[in-house]
Parts: sequence; C-alpha cells; structure tokens
Amino acid sequence: MFVEEKVFDRSTAIFTATVAVAAAIVTIAGLTPANSPLHVSSYIVSLLGKYITYAILALAVDLVWGYLGILSLGHGAFFALGGYALGMYLMRQIGAQGVYGNPDLPDFMVFLNWDSLPWYWLGSDNFLFAALLVLLLPGLLAFVFGWLAFGSRVSGVYLSIITQAMTYALMLAFFRNEMGFGGNNGLTDFKSLLGFSLQSDSMRVALFAASAIMLLCAYLVCRSVVASRLGRVCVAIRDAESRTRFIGYRVENVKLAVFTLSAMIAGVGGALYVPQVGIINPGEFAPLNSIEIVVCVALGGRGRLYGAVIGAFVMNFIKTWFTAAMPDAWLFALGMVFVLTTLFLPSGLIGLPAQLRRLLQKINRRNHTAANAKGAKA
Amino acid sequence: MRFPIVILSFLLAICLVSVDTKAAMLEPATELTTALSASSVSERDKAITLLRDNTSPQATALLTALRDGRLMLDRESGTLYIADTGDTLTNALTGELISKNQDTPLRKVGTSNRQRQEISAILDSRMLTSSDVQARRIAAAALTTTLTPAIDRETLTTLLTTEKDGQTRDSLNTAWALLTSAETQSSTEDLLRAITALEKNAQGPARQTLEKLARADNATVATTASEALYRLRVKTEWAGFAETLFFGLSLGSIMVLAAIGLTITFGVMGVINMAHGEMMMLGAYTAWGLQQILPGHTGLALLLAIPASFMVSGGMGILLERTVIRFLYGRPLETLLATFGISLILQQAVRTLISPMNRAVASPEFMSGMWQISSNFSLTCNRVYIIIFCMITFGLIYAAMHKTRLGLEVRAVSQNRSMARAMGIRDARVDALTFGLGSGIAGMAGVALSQITNVGPNLGQTYIIDSFMVVVFGGVGNLWGTLVGGLTLGVANKILEPISGAMLSRIIILVGIILFIQKRPRGLFPQKGRAAEG
Repeated sequence: MFVEEKVFDRSTAIFTATVAVAAAIVTIAGLTPANSPLHVSSYIVSLLGKYITYAILALAVDLVWGYLGILSLGHGAFFALGGYALGMYLMRQIGAQGVYGNPDLPDFMVFLNWDSLPWYWLGSDNFLFAALLVLLLPGLLAFVFGWLAFGSRVSGVYLSIITQAMTYALMLAFFRNEMGFGGNNGLTDFKSLLGFSLQSDSMRVALFAASAIMLLCAYLVCRSVVASRLGRVCVAIRDAESRTRFIGYRVENVKLAVFTLSAMIAGVGGALYVPQVGIINPGEFAPLNSIEIVVCVALGGRGRLYGAVIGAFVMNFIKTWFTAAMPDAWLFALGMVFVLTTLFLPSGLIGLPAQLRRLLQKINRRNHTAANAKGAKA
Repeated sequence: MRFPIVILSFLLAICLVSVDTKAAMLEPATELTTALSASSVSERDKAITLLRDNTSPQATALLTALRDGRLMLDRESGTLYIADTGDTLTNALTGELISKNQDTPLRKVGTSNRQRQEISAILDSRMLTSSDVQARRIAAAALTTTLTPAIDRETLTTLLTTEKDGQTRDSLNTAWALLTSAETQSSTEDLLRAITALEKNAQGPARQTLEKLARADNATVATTASEALYRLRVKTEWAGFAETLFFGLSLGSIMVLAAIGLTITFGVMGVINMAHGEMMMLGAYTAWGLQQILPGHTGLALLLAIPASFMVSGGMGILLERTVIRFLYGRPLETLLATFGISLILQQAVRTLISPMNRAVASPEFMSGMWQISSNFSLTCNRVYIIIFCMITFGLIYAAMHKTRLGLEVRAVSQNRSMARAMGIRDARVDALTFGLGSGIAGMAGVALSQITNVGPNLGQTYIIDSFMVVVFGGVGNLWGTLVGGLTLGVANKILEPISGAMLSRIIILVGIILFIQKRPRGLFPQKGRAAEG
C-alpha cells in the first residue's frame, strides 16, 4: 500500500515562505535609492545571487546523493556546461562592442584568426535557443554518461571516480583554444542580456530575483519528485539496490531519469551564475568545485532538500568571509569542514538539534544511573 | 739489488727529460716573436709556416691561442703571453706561468679570417695524428659534419691504413665516402663502397649525400643508395618506436608507483584515499629536505630519501588512519570526502610552512646523462633508474603481500573481514599497517617523481586522477592489474602524444577509461570468487 505523500508538506511550506520573504526583502532593499538606510549595495545583491545559484547546484546534488545514493563528483561539469550555454549567448550579445569591434565573431575568435563561427555556435544569438541549450546540454551529457554507467551497473566509489574523471576531462578539453570556447580565459566581458546592461544595479537585482524564483522552482520540482512514487523507489534503490531490482523495478531507468533531471537543474544554476559573476572559464570544471558542492550538501544535511540549500549558504558565507579576512587559512578551514562534517555531523547541520538532544538524553541517563548507584550505596 | 736502482735512475731520467721539454724554449724564438709582434696581420703567415710542422704541445697551444684570440703581446717587453681562463698568463715561448697584472699593457695579436681557417686545418690534422684516442675520435667525427670534409684524399688514405681505433676508423671511412661521392669522376665501385660506409653513419651530411646518390644517373648506384635509405628509414622508425615505448614505460612506472599504494588501501579497506597524492608530495618534499640538510651529497641524500620518505608518508598515513579514517569504515563515500579534506589541509600546510613556490630536487651525477645505444637511439639515465626502481619496489611489495605474515593477514582481511577476525587476526592493526604501507609507497613514488619534475604543493593533485584511473583500469586490489594497467596507460599516453598533443591525449585516455569501465566494471583483472562480492 502506498501512502501518498504531500508535495507541499510543513517543511516545504516553511522553506518556500522563508526564501520568498527573504528574497523579496533583498530585492526591495536593492531597488531603494542608494542614500536610503535600507539600501543594499549591488555587490551584496550579486553575491547573494551567486550563493543562490550554488544552492540550486547543491539541490541537484542532494537529489542524486541524498535520495539515490549516487555520489557524483562531477556535478560541477553540468553547472559549467549550463554556464557555457548561456555564456555563448552573452558573448554574441557583445556584438561590435568588443575590443576588435567585429560584429559577428567574439573577440577570442578574432584573436585566433578564425574567419567564421564554428557550427556549434550557430543559433547562439537567440535567447530562447540558448535557454533551451542550458537545459539540453547538461541533460544530454548526463543522459549519455548515465546510460553508459548505470547500464553496466557501475556504482559506488567507482561511479564517483569516473564522474570526477569526466569533469576533469572536460576541464582539460575546455582549456584548449581549438575547442572554440575561449580556452584558458573562457567567456567574459559580457555587456548585456536581452538588451539590458549587465552592469546596471536594477539588472543585478533582477538577476537576483530570477535566481531566487528559479531556486524555488527547482526546489518544488525536486520536492515533487521526492514525494512521488518515483521518490519512494529512489530511496529504495539507495537503501537496497539489489532488492529493488529483484522486486521488478528497472533500477537503471530510475537512476538515469533522476540523474538527467538533476543535471538539468545544475545547468540552470550555472546559467544564472554566469551573468552575475561575469565570467565562465574552464576552472569551473575543476574537480574541487564539484567536491565542494558535495560537502555543502553534507554540511547542510543530505536527504532533505532544504539541508542542501542551508549548507550551500553557510559554506559560501564562510568562504566569502575567509577569502577576504585570511585567504591563507581558507583551505585549512575547508579541509576541516570536510573532516569534521563527515566525522561529527552525519546528518548535517539540520540534524544537529536532534543529535544534541540525543546526546543530552544520554548524559542525563548516565547521571541518573550514577545518582541511583550513589543512592543505593548510601 | 742493482736492478731496482737501475729502474729508479731510469725513471728519474725520464722525469728530468720531461721537465726539461716542458721548460724548453719554443724555437725559433726570435723569428716567431718578430712575426707575431709585427703590427701587420700578413706577417703572421710567417709564424704559421714556422709552426706548421712543429708538433710540440707548446706549438699547438700557441696556434690554438692565436686562433682563439687569446695570444697577447706585452708592448713594453715584447713578450708573448697566452691568456688563460683564470687570472694567469702563460709565457707563449717558455711555458712559464705568471699572474695577471692590471698594469701590463697587453695587446691582442690579431689574425685574419683566412689565417684562422688555416690554423684550424693544421690543428685538426694534428689532432687526427695525435696519440690521444679521444682527440682523434673528436677530430675524425668533425670531418663528417660537412658535405665536403676539409682534408685531401691522400692524407685520408694514409690515415686509414694506420688508424687502429674502430670509432675513429668509422668516422674516417664516412669522410672518405663523403669525399668520393662529392667528386664527379669516382668509379661505380668506389661509389658503392661509399654507400656502405655512409649507411653506417647516417647523420646529417651523410644522409643528404645518400639522398643525392639515390638520384644519381648511374642506375646501380641509384638503386643501392635507395635500398640503403629504405633500410635506414626502417631503422629510424624502429628507434623512434623504441624511444616512445621507453618514455611510455617510464611514465607508466611512475603511474604504477603512484597507484600501487592506492590499490592496496582500496582493496583491503574499500577506502578511497583522496590524500594519496599528498602522500607522494610529502615524499618528494622529504627528498628535497634531505638534500637541504646534506648539501654536496646529492646522491646520498637521494638514497636516504627512499627509506625516509617511506617513514614520513607511512607515519602520516598511520596517523590519519588512527585519527580519522577508522571512524568511517563502512562508509566509503564519506571517507572519500574526509580524505579529500585532509589533502586540502596538507597542501595548504606545505604552502604555509615551506613555500607556495616549486622546489627543484637535484639529480645526482650517476643519474643524469644519456645512455647511447645506437646513433639515433639513446635513453635518459634518470628514466632508466625510475623504471628499475619501480620494478624493484613492485617486486618487494609483491613479496611482502604474498610471503610475509602481514601480507597474509592483509589478504585475509580484504577477502573476508569477519572471518579473518574470527581467526584471531586483529583487523584494526592490519588496517593501520596497510594504510601506512600504502601511504609509504606513495612517499617513495614521490621521491621518484622528484627526479623528473619540480616539487610543489600541487604535485599530488596532478597525479591523483591518473592513479585512480590506473587502479580502476587494472582492477582494484590486484597488484598485477595495477602493473599492467599503469604501464599500458603510460605507453598509450606517449603513443598518442605526438599524434594529438599532450592535452588531447590525456582527454582521449580519460574518455577511453570511462568507456572501458562500462564494458568491464571491475577492471582488467577483476577479483574472482567470494572476494568480489560485497
């Protein structure tokens, strides 16, 4: 018997309400004139927008890791691909405003003495097409990769390692100038999106608001998957893969579907990241980025979607603070977060209250027995 | 008793004579001095003629100095000096050494271009008849570097009849062949002999000459030359292939060294040690540190670094196992994250404590240099040593795993932990030691690595993904798999590199392995039987 789980349960309601209210406050504060006491600078708005895009990526990771048990160390690749897809569009939007003033070719192609756009850049000047690519590119990569990997039942640590190899190979590939994506420097110097200047404050606030809305959408999509029958099967696969297979579920297909969906969500995050940061380069494919996001999820608490979002915010806040205050200590701090989270926070920050409660109970019980023993002696 | 005395007095006489010749005046002194101190350059011709047939070391030294512009004239006393590389001057006629004085008004004795060429020719032919084998070899080899050797046929023929040293003879033969081919009226028979000689030494001019002969009008000569060229091309290709193979094997050896520790820890504990690369880095830094402590004893420091790095990295490994990893058994994915965190901490620690810059570890003398096998195939010594080092290490580890008590326990725990515990094996101790062993080997790999690349905080990161690939490709927990996998990947990399470039070849290999894993999810040599389950 299957008890239907509500998509919009209590925690979801609290989460959506909190995010919506917080985002609305930041949006309004960002739009107030600069001299008002409520004003939030566009730097902060963009920074928060960047956090939100990481939170979207963390959601995607939590969907596959928390519910399906697939530890992907290559989700950064989907994020970066989404970024590159939108980056191509932004590159074409520069038009003749580039350094070389060539209306048809991006600067780096002029620099490489190319005389025409490569075929895969065709259509990149159309926003709708670019938006479609943002979903399709990571989705396609995830589909092909997952089809190969899940079909031959590669799982566990092996899968983690080959996802890492995937993102590493992509990083090396995008470093090459011949790839036609700007090589080392990547795509940058963006000027406008849909005709609005990316430098203006209102555009930054708009991008932030769009990111917040996308976060809510992504959350609801994930939530609806998790609450559905499919979500139940996912958890079953996570906890006992062979049994689920023997009952008659097509484990590969479930994994493939959820993995592809997760990659698309990651791609959306990447696409929102690029205009707010202003650059996308092969460094985004670095294995470290993917692992960092995984640790965000672990820190927040996996297997509960809002945990990933909380983890992404906490982690990136720490990162921003450390890289500004003491940049040398950042890697120490990051390393410690990795170790301490895995050792002491098995269910992350959101599991911390329950963990503390259990600990208190244990201490209480011990004191109680100790007191009893004393009493008995006396 | 008389006999030794005779010998002694004889030796004494020799000494006296040799001292005597050294101190002897270069004759004819006055004529030489006049010719060389004259302001007109054409006067030097006289001096060159005077010295042409004088084969004494002093005459040679004087001619060399004259050619190289190191012959100086003291304008006050009219004495001729040879400027040495140090702070001394040698009297050109008496051989007497004096220290350089700033106030001496020295003037360089000038020569014309033609004169310098003439002196070089004299010196070269003098070297060809020198009693020193090395000098003869160099001089004969110099003859083969131009299309038309600067020597006449008669001299060459005489030299060929008297020369005993094989290498010199070969060069002289090539020179003879070059001369013969350059002349228009050489007989077919001579030309055919020339082709045989040219084929032996097929460098630069010799090859060009062969190519010219292949286009000759004489049909016999042309076909023989083409055949020789074809054989040469095949030989060059083989040499090229052997060289690629060699480079591939040396790269593969590094990969094997890096991956072997990983496969042991993964095979036994199911633990992915992401800090493995940093263990290599620690080993490499140990080698660097020992060289700092023992300056001047590069070789000794490097040899000491092998056990020392094993201790340092192994100790670090045991420390990690005891403090972090043992709390995470049964949770391989969490271990992966925790060890990754440790790798970040270790990297940053090295950056903070030592330096973010790369450090160079010196190669000891016996490891630098080349090992010439044939004229177009040579091996770099440090890579040869790395291959040997890898093979020895592999043999030792294989022996340790299969012949010792610890190896037996390690294999028992890796196959069935609970059964091993039931048999009285203390698995916690085995875990710690295995982790230490794996990390220690990584440290030794780091020492090997320090010989081919600079040592820096990012050293481990560069190799970690490749080592994972080797383990996954070869099959986890299988030493032979790691050996075959590592060497295969190394060779494949080096074969692809010239075709597609370094970056693309790595990408191709990574994608290739990802696809390979789809076909054989447990690698080349999967564990069989019950050990494969769970």
